[in-house]
Amino acid sequence: MSGIERLLVANRGEIARRVMRTCREMGIATVAVFSDPDSGAPFVREADEAVRLPGASAAETYLRGDAIVEAALRTGADALHPGYGFLSENAGFARDCTAAGITFVGPPADVIAAMGSKLEARRLMAGAGVPVLPGVAAGDVTDAEGLARLAGEVGLPLLVKASAGGGGRGMRLVRDLAELEAAVASARREAAAAFGDGTLLLERYVEAPRHVEIQLLADTHGTTVHLFERECSIQRRHQKIIEESPCVAVDEALRERIGAVAVTAGRTIGYVGAGTVEFLLAPGGEHWFLEVNTRLQVEHPVTECITGLDLVRLQLLVAQGEPLPPEALAPRRAGHAIEVRLYAEDAERDFAPCSGTLHRFRVPALPGVRVDSGVEDGSVVSTHYDPMLAKVVAHAPDRAQAARLLAAALAGARLHGVTTNRDLLVRVLRHPEFLAGATDTHFLDRHPAAALGAPLVDEAAERLAAAAAALAGRARRAARRRVLGTLPPGWRNNPSQLERADFEGRHGCHRVGYREGREGLRLEVDGVQLDAAAVDAGEDAVVLEVGGVRRTYTVHVAGDVHHVHGPAGAVALRELPRFPVPEVAEPPGSLHAPMPGMVLRVEVGPGDSVAAGAVVAVLEAMKMEHAVLAGAAGRVAEVLVRPGQQVEAGAVIAVVEEG
Amino acid sequence: MNRGSLPTAPAGPVLRSHHDPGARHAVANREAMLGRLAEIEELLAQARLGGGARYVERHHARGRLLARERIELLCDRDAPFLELSPLAANGTEYEVGAAVVTGVGVVSDVECVVIAHDPTVRGGAANPYTLQKSLRALDIAARNRLPVVNIVESGGADLPRQSEIFVPGGRIFRDLTRLSAAGIPTVALVFGNSTAGGAYVPGTCDYTVMVRGRAKVFLGGPPLVRVATGENAGDEELGGAEMHSRTSGLSDHLATDEHDCLRLGREILAHLRWRKLGPGPTEPADPPLYDPEELLGIPSTDHRIPFDAREVIARLVDGSRFDEFKPLYGGSLVTGWASVHGFPVAILANNGVLFSEESEKAAQFIQLANRIDTPLLFLQNTSGYMVGRAYEQGGIIKDGAKMINAVANSTVPAITVMIGGSFGAGNYGMCGRAYEPRFLFTWPNHRIAVMGPQQLAGVLSIVARAAAEARGQVYDEAADAMMRQAVEGQIERESLALFATARLWDDGIIDPRDTRTALGIALSACHSAEVRGTGTYGVFRM
Repeated sequence: MSGIERLLVANRGEIARRVMRTCREMGIATVAVFSDPDSGAPFVREADEAVRLPGASAAETYLRGDAIVEAALRTGADALHPGYGFLSENAGFARDCTAAGITFVGPPADVIAAMGSKLEARRLMAGAGVPVLPGVAAGDVTDAEGLARLAGEVGLPLLVKASAGGGGRGMRLVRDLAELEAAVASARREAAAAFGDGTLLLERYVEAPRHVEIQLLADTHGTTVHLFERECSIQRRHQKIIEESPCVAVDEALRERIGAVAVTAGRTIGYVGAGTVEFLLAPGGEHWFLEVNTRLQVEHPVTECITGLDLVRLQLLVAQGEPLPPEALAPRRAGHAIEVRLYAEDAERDFAPCSGTLHRFRVPALPGVRVDSGVEDGSVVSTHYDPMLAKVVAHAPDRAQAARLLAAALAGARLHGVTTNRDLLVRVLRHPEFLAGATDTHFLDRHPAAALGAPLVDEAAERLAAAAAALAGRARRAARRRVLGTLPPGWRNNPSQLERADFEGRHGCHRVGYREGREGLRLEVDGVQLDAAAVDAGEDAVVLEVGGVRRTYTVHVAGDVHHVHGPAGAVALRELPRFPVPEVAEPPGSLHAPMPGMVLRVEVGPGDSVAAGAVVAVLEAMKMEHAVLAGAAGRVAEVLVRPGQQVEAGAVIAVVEEG
Repeated sequence: MNRGSLPTAPAGPVLRSHHDPGARHAVANREAMLGRLAEIEELLAQARLGGGARYVERHHARGRLLARERIELLCDRDAPFLELSPLAANGTEYEVGAAVVTGVGVVSDVECVVIAHDPTVRGGAANPYTLQKSLRALDIAARNRLPVVNIVESGGADLPRQSEIFVPGGRIFRDLTRLSAAGIPTVALVFGNSTAGGAYVPGTCDYTVMVRGRAKVFLGGPPLVRVATGENAGDEELGGAEMHSRTSGLSDHLATDEHDCLRLGREILAHLRWRKLGPGPTEPADPPLYDPEELLGIPSTDHRIPFDAREVIARLVDGSRFDEFKPLYGGSLVTGWASVHGFPVAILANNGVLFSEESEKAAQFIQLANRIDTPLLFLQNTSGYMVGRAYEQGGIIKDGAKMINAVANSTVPAITVMIGGSFGAGNYGMCGRAYEPRFLFTWPNHRIAVMGPQQLAGVLSIVARAAAEARGQVYDEAADAMMRQAVEGQIERESLALFATARLWDDGIIDPRDTRTALGIALSACHSAEVRGTGTYGVFRM
C-alpha cells in the first residue's frame, strides 16, 4: 500500500485537531468535515480543506457516512480517520470507505462488526479463553417476567447495556428486579436514538471494580503488541472523567498477564491498528473482559505520555501497510500520566450539560502538561454534541506529582462563560483517597459530586475576589469615561460614602465598598473593612495587599460576569445591577427547563393531578434524557411546551398548582 | 475629544522647584495647614450629617435616601464629583451646608450641575443661604452650559424667614426657565414635598420624574386648601405622583421608588445626545513633576509671609510645564501658559503687590489669552495695588483700571483660586467674586478684606486721632488701643477663609492638594460652553 497523501478526519473538536496535528507532522494533507454549528471551529480552520455537512444534529452531519465518503471523494482524500464516537465503530461505514477506495484508518470492517456487537464479542472472547462476565442478550424481551428470567441467569446487580453502544449511553444499573422493566425501556430508547440500534445486553455487575484497559497495536504483518494499561475508574454516569497510566493496582506480573490476555484477544479476532481491550479488575486482581474498542480511545494521550509514542502516527503507518516500528515493538514506560476530561457541565446539578459562549479558554502552559482541546476563546458550546471542552494531561515522574501538577494546571485555567467540572476534577485529584490510589468505578458514588463539585474557592477568598473585581471595574469605567477621563476615579472633595459594587458568587452576594482617598484605599466587603492597599488596580489585573499579604488577581469580564483568578483559584462573580429592574412575576409552581434542550415528551396535560416528583416532561439535551419533575403534588394548570420544541434553560415548561 | 489623538511628547519649558519640603518653615507651614484642614474636615463631617444623626436615622427609617446618597446613585460610578460650597452658612444661625447639596458631577457621561435638597434639615426648607447656594449653582449651570438635575424634597421656604426669601426666591424659577430657553436641559427628580413655590421647580424644568407615593407637588396642601376654599382634599389627589403622571401631566415619568427615579433621571440625561461646545483637552495631561502634597508647606498661614507662585504652579500644571510670559517685566505678577488635565490655561499669579508694570502686563496677557480662546487661571495672593506718592503719580489707578477693564470684559472662562491674601482692589483686578469667574476656590490659609486688619485698624486710629485733634480733644490712647484691638480682631475673623466660604464668597474651600483635580473638573465644565475670547474692551485709559 502506498503512503497516505490526503486524509479526511470524519470527526470534530479536539480529536479532529489531534489527528490533523500528526498528519501535519507526517506531511499528510488534511480535510475536515463540519456541521453548521462547527463552521467557525478551530479544527475546521486548521484543516487544509474543509467540507460542510449541512445541518446541526449528529444524525444530519457527523453520522452521515454517505456524505462523508462523498466529501472524501470530492477532495481527493485517500484515507479517512474516524476519530472516536460517531462512525468510528460503524462497520458499514468502514466498508463503504474501502469500497470507495479510501483507506479507513482502523481495523477491518468485520472486526468492527464483531466487536461492535457486545454479545458477539463476548462469545468470541469466551471461546479464546478470555475471562468474561456472565451476561445475556435481552433480545426483544420487554415483559417483566421475561426480563426477570434473564436477570436470574445473570444475577443481580446487573447492568443493562446497549449492545452497539459506548460512552455510557443506553446504560442502566439495576439492583432491584422492580427497576428492570423501566431501565430496559429507557435504555433501549436511548440506544436507539444514539446508535440507531436498540439491542440490549444484561450483564453481571461487579461491585467496586476498577476499569482497566490495555492499549493494543497490531499491524498487517501479524504483529500484535500492547502498550500497557490505563486505569479509567473515575467515572460519572458511566463515563470516564479521569484516566491514568500506569494503574496502581497493576504490578508487573499482573500487567504481563492482562497484557497477554489482551494480545490474545486481539489475535483471536484478527485485530489491526490501534484498539483497546477493556477489563473490569476486582480488588484481588481477578479481571473480566468487557469489550474491545476498535478505535483510538479518548484517553490515548496518557499512553502517549508514558511511552513517548504517537498513537495516531502508528495508526497511520499501519494503515499504510507498514510494519510496526521498533519503538512500538519494545515499548518502554516512563513516569506517570493522568488525564482529565474537562466538560461543560454542572457537577452540582447532576452533571447537567451546560452550553454557552466560552469567552476564554486558557490552561497554563506548565511543563509536563498537555492540552488537547477543540475549543478556543469565544467558542460556542452548543447542545448538539458531547460537551467535552478539552482533555488535560499531566505527565510527571510519579503519580503524586502528576496529580498535583494537573490539579494546579486546572485550578489556574481560565474557563470563562460556561460552567465546567473543573472544581470537581481538582477536588478528586487532591482527594486523599485518590492520592492513595483507592480508585474504583464507584468513587463518585462514595464522594457525591455535590460535595466534590463545591467551589474550590472558599467564602473569604471569594470576598477578596469580589474586591478585586470591584477595583478592576473601577479601572474599566475610568478607561471608558468620556469626560474627566484623566481625573482620579471616584474623587470627592467631601466624601460621604463608599463607592459600591454588588456581586453574586457561589457563596452568595457580596457588597464591596471602596474609596481611594489621600489616606489610601478604603475597602469593605460585606460590611467588614479590610486592612487593604491596592498596589495596582488595572482593568485586567489587580494587585491587592490585605493584612500585609500581596496577591495578584486577573479579571476578565464577559457580559456582567467577572471572572477573577487569584491564588485561591477561579471565581465567577455576576455583578448585580445598580438599579434592579422590578421582575416580571411568574406564576408560582412554574417548572423550568434545567438546561437548554429539546422537549422529548410531555407526560401530563392541563387539569391532570400529579404527585410530588412525578415526571411532567422529558427533555433531551446533549443526547441525554432529563426529566422535569413536579416539585409538589398538585394540578397541572398549564403546559407551555410541546414535544419537539427547543427550549432555553430556565424556560417555563408547565405550571403546577399546589394542592 | 478623542484622547487617543492627543500629543504624547510634552513640550515647553519646565519649572524647576526650589522649595525644600524638609525646611523648617515648610514643615511649620505644613503643620499649620494640616491644622486648618482638620478644622475644616470637622465642619464637613457636620455638614454631611445634615440635620443631625436623629433626623438622618428617621429619614432612613422611612426608606428614604439622603441627599448625598441620591447624588451618588445619580452620578456615574467612579466619576469625580465636586461639591460646591459645602460649608455655606457655617457659623450663622443656620445649619452648616444650608440644607442643600450642590455640585458638578457626571451623569450618563454628561457633566451636570446637581442641586439636591437635604430633607433632614428642617424638611429641606430654604433659608437665605439655601437660596444663595442654589442660585449660585444655577449660575454655574448657565455660564458653563451645564444641564441641571434638581433632586427635590423641600417643604419650601422656611416660613418664619419668608421675608428674606420670598422676593429673591423667584429667581430660582426664572433661572430654570432661562436655562431651558438657552437650550440647557433641566431635570426635576421629585422625591418628596415640593410645595407652594417649590412646585414650580418641576413646573419649570424640561423633564420631571416623580416617585410614586412620595412626591407631593401642589401649590396648596390640604390645610391651605381647606382654609382658602373650604374644600377637603387629600394630598395624593392634590399633588401625588400618580395624579401628576396620569391626570395633570406635570410629571413625565412615574418612578416606582427612589432608585427607579434616579435610574430614570440617568436615562433622561443619556438620551439628551449632549454635545459639549468647547474643544476639550488638547494637551498631554501628565501629572506635575513635583508632588502636590508639598503645596501644604509652601504658603504660610501668616498671609504677610510671601511665597513664590511658581512653586504652586509647578505642582498644579501638566508636567510642571510653564511657558512664562514677560518673565523679566513686572516681576510680582507671574504670567504664562500651561495646561491642567490637558486644558490649556493662561495663568496670572501674584507674587505680592501689584505695581503699574504688573497691571499693564496683566492687561496685555488677558488680551492675548482672549485672542487664542484660552481660559484664564488666577492664583490670588496679593496685598493689592501699590500705594504712595510715586505710584499715584506714576498712574497706578490708570494702570490698575486697565487690568480691571481687561478682566471685566474678558470672555474666555476664568477660574480664580485664592492661594493667599486678597486685599483691596487687587481682589478685583485678579478676578475676585464680583468679576464672575466661572469657579472660585479658596485655600484654607486665604485671607480676604479691603485691607489687612492692622492697616484697617491703623487707618481708623489715624482718622479718629485727626478728628479728635480737630475738635481740640485729647486723644484717648487707651481707648484707641482697645478700639484697634477690637477692630483688628473683627477684621481678622471676617477675613478668614471659613468666614468667606460661609457667605458664598467662593465655591468652596479646597484642600490645596486637590487644586489640580478641582481645576480639571472646573475647566472641563467650562468647556461645556463655547470657549471664545473677545476683542472688545472698555476704553483703556492711556
